[in-house]
Amino acid sequence: MAGPQGTQPRTSTPLAIEAVGIVKSFPGVIANDHVDFDLRVGEIHALLGENGAGKSTLMNVLAGLYRPDEGEIRVGGEPVQLRSPRDAIAAGIGMVHQHFALVPSQTVAENVLLGLDRPRFRLDLKRTEAEIMSLATDIGLRVEPSARIWQLSIGEQQRVEIVKMLFHGARILILDEPTAVLAPQETAELFENLRALTDAARSIIFISHKLGEVLSIADRITVMRAGKVTAAGLEPEGVTRADLARRMVGRPVLESLERTKVEPGAVVLSVEDVTALNDRGLPALRGVSLQVHAGEIVGIAAVAGNGQSELAQVITGLRACTGRVVVDGRDIAAGPVRAAIESGVGHVPEDRAGVGSAPNLSLIDNLIMRRFRQQPITRGPFLDASAARSKAQTLQGAYEISAPTLDTPVRILSGGNLQRLILAREIDAAPRLLVAVQPTRGLDVGAIEGIHQLLLDLREQGAAILLISEELEELLALADRILVMYEGQVTTAVERPSAADIDAIGLHMMGGEGADSAIDRASTVG
Amino acid sequence: MIDLTLILAAGVASGTVLLFAAIGEIFAERAGVLNLGVEGMMLFGAVAGFSVAAATGNPWLGLVVAMLAGGLLSLLHAVMAIHLRAEQVISGLALTFLGTGLARVLGDGLSSVGAVATLPRLTVPLLAEVPLIGPVLFREQSVLTYVGFLLVPLAVYWIDRTRPGLHLRAVGERPAAADAQGIDVVRLRYLYVLVGGLLAGLAGATITLAISPGWFGDQTTNGRGWIAIGLVIFAQWSPLRAALGAYLFGAIFRFIIDIQGVPAVLGFPNPFQAGRSATFFLEMLPYAFVIVVVVIGSREALRRRVGAPAALGIPYVRGERGG
Repeated sequence: MAGPQGTQPRTSTPLAIEAVGIVKSFPGVIANDHVDFDLRVGEIHALLGENGAGKSTLMNVLAGLYRPDEGEIRVGGEPVQLRSPRDAIAAGIGMVHQHFALVPSQTVAENVLLGLDRPRFRLDLKRTEAEIMSLATDIGLRVEPSARIWQLSIGEQQRVEIVKMLFHGARILILDEPTAVLAPQETAELFENLRALTDAARSIIFISHKLGEVLSIADRITVMRAGKVTAAGLEPEGVTRADLARRMVGRPVLESLERTKVEPGAVVLSVEDVTALNDRGLPALRGVSLQVHAGEIVGIAAVAGNGQSELAQVITGLRACTGRVVVDGRDIAAGPVRAAIESGVGHVPEDRAGVGSAPNLSLIDNLIMRRFRQQPITRGPFLDASAARSKAQTLQGAYEISAPTLDTPVRILSGGNLQRLILAREIDAAPRLLVAVQPTRGLDVGAIEGIHQLLLDLREQGAAILLISEELEELLALADRILVMYEGQVTTAVERPSAADIDAIGLHMMGGEGADSAIDRASTVG
Repeated sequence: MIDLTLILAAGVASGTVLLFAAIGEIFAERAGVLNLGVEGMMLFGAVAGFSVAAATGNPWLGLVVAMLAGGLLSLLHAVMAIHLRAEQVISGLALTFLGTGLARVLGDGLSSVGAVATLPRLTVPLLAEVPLIGPVLFREQSVLTYVGFLLVPLAVYWIDRTRPGLHLRAVGERPAAADAQGIDVVRLRYLYVLVGGLLAGLAGATITLAISPGWFGDQTTNGRGWIAIGLVIFAQWSPLRAALGAYLFGAIFRFIIDIQGVPAVLGFPNPFQAGRSATFFLEMLPYAFVIVVVVIGSREALRRRVGAPAALGIPYVRGERGG
């Protein structure tokens, strides 16, 4: 953006990279329509936009994966031609994708060497490990060069990707939705690392659609929508979340949803002293008891790995447990998954593609998965294809699932559309209880709003909803009651939570002592 | 009485056949391509090598033709598996049928040729005099046995210690990551499937031109291609362990042939001379042993978290998830 003095940027900081008038079109869509973007040396410039806004296209142009139809890229003021990722790396540009390009069975050092032209033949891993160690120490990132990738957490793997790019000579880092895969503590650590990088004169493009974190980490913010820049180089001071959301979505976004008052009805779900083991055979649930009433959303707040995933699996019949799981008076703890389904338990699982849908099957097949045993779709031993199709058609229309045809395999659906499909199937089964795990993870603002509305509507219809989420703001927006889980136990409950309770809930999520008094105060005020 | 040294020496020679085939399959599988056509490629190589040696009197020429024959067949599998993304199990099985069929047609009449000029046998000076090891490993062994000795450390070094080996492992474990770093996944997979074919052809020629010269129809390989595939699993895709397994099985095979000839074992009458069914049972044992060893090998692999290359048997398509 031109500053007040004309074409000079407002500050004297030199530009690390500049994209001018980038146009890139694909058949039927202009992904980038004369986009300008610049990055100063040593800054974090956030690129904000919904899925499909064109931010990934722009970044793929900068990373050498796509060639622009028009426009110019300048690195350090000099025009460059980026024909391949190798050209981009040679120009000092490195991109960290959402899905890491790491070989799990190999060590950190081997992965770093993978894209290099050296050594010519013999691997000298000891020397490479020492070089990686000294680079990482200089920059202030912790890595263990001889560790194998599969032994590392997601956050550590991401750090390896960053170190790999730096080792390959990157001075400009493009991070594509780096926090989408991270737990909250890992995000905090990433942000510290990014600051260390900018202190070491590296420059960072930070792609995201999470407003809060963009405002907290970015030096400047550029917003894209439908292939165009809608706001360029905003300073985070003086910009509100509502502002950013409006520029991103193109219309005002309801930051707080309409919540009609619903009187909680009878107890639908009663979990009584349930214990269960996790996949590694260690205790995951240690005597959990809770109740969810009709017309009530109960939120579970917990840091990943504190038993909340196992709780959802126990209630939906996917994990063995001791204790009682009573739905409408019937104990389904020992029963098969089908007992849970027949008791009216709907499930929006954490893993949409693996558990929530069959990726290679069509919209129709995925939509009737819960109903195929019922009339009119079932007819004796057969399925009625036309009844299935008309059911799917109704649901697609009612829940606004956009897809080319009903026979399209669902793996090509966007995350938001796939989640709408799963919700359509589960809600249409008229559940007494819906267990929703991370229902909006990875979705963009517009899609999140739609999902939230569906959950609130279901609550008004008198269903009980157990909402498990790592997004505290989501829980605050939706839940009538928040239970905090820590190390397999429900440690505290917050009635009618409000924004004032965030700190206290956060403390309890970390298992913090002394959090009780804060909660007590919050509850009496709320 | 049975001469243990002779049995072990013969076992090393016969294990060389399994060694070549298994190491070839290790290369292909480490690159992510499962080739179940080893038996077919071996037979095709065996007949090609034998007939060329019989026609020209030159076993070296036979050896080269055998390797090329195995390589040629493997390229067929490569096209099916890599380019056309066919199911690799089916394509590999088809390759075995094709190779076996071709070998039987081409080998028609060859069994009457009898023995032809074979590859030379060598005794290594000094090493042959080392007690125990010398007579087993270095006395009157075929030149191919020594090639086998050299191939093992070479394969280990190539896979674990060189840049091409790093690329090979990356392609078999996470082709998408390799592709993102500018490594040509398709080219490397072709290359290592070809290496597997060349070595399977070599394994076939090792039978007909060195270890047990002659052509005996599909009894020539007698299922040893399958044993080699089992060995790859037992070896957890490591050439060194494959070598140990190959020599062990080689010795067992020899032992079972030799024990049939002796009238008494440890002072008792030989139970395996009781009749034909006893002989069949005995000949079946090594194959049963393969199953046991594969089960043990896989269990240990699971425990130590070393398993099959992650992308084994999965065609690579750029831009698809999980590739």
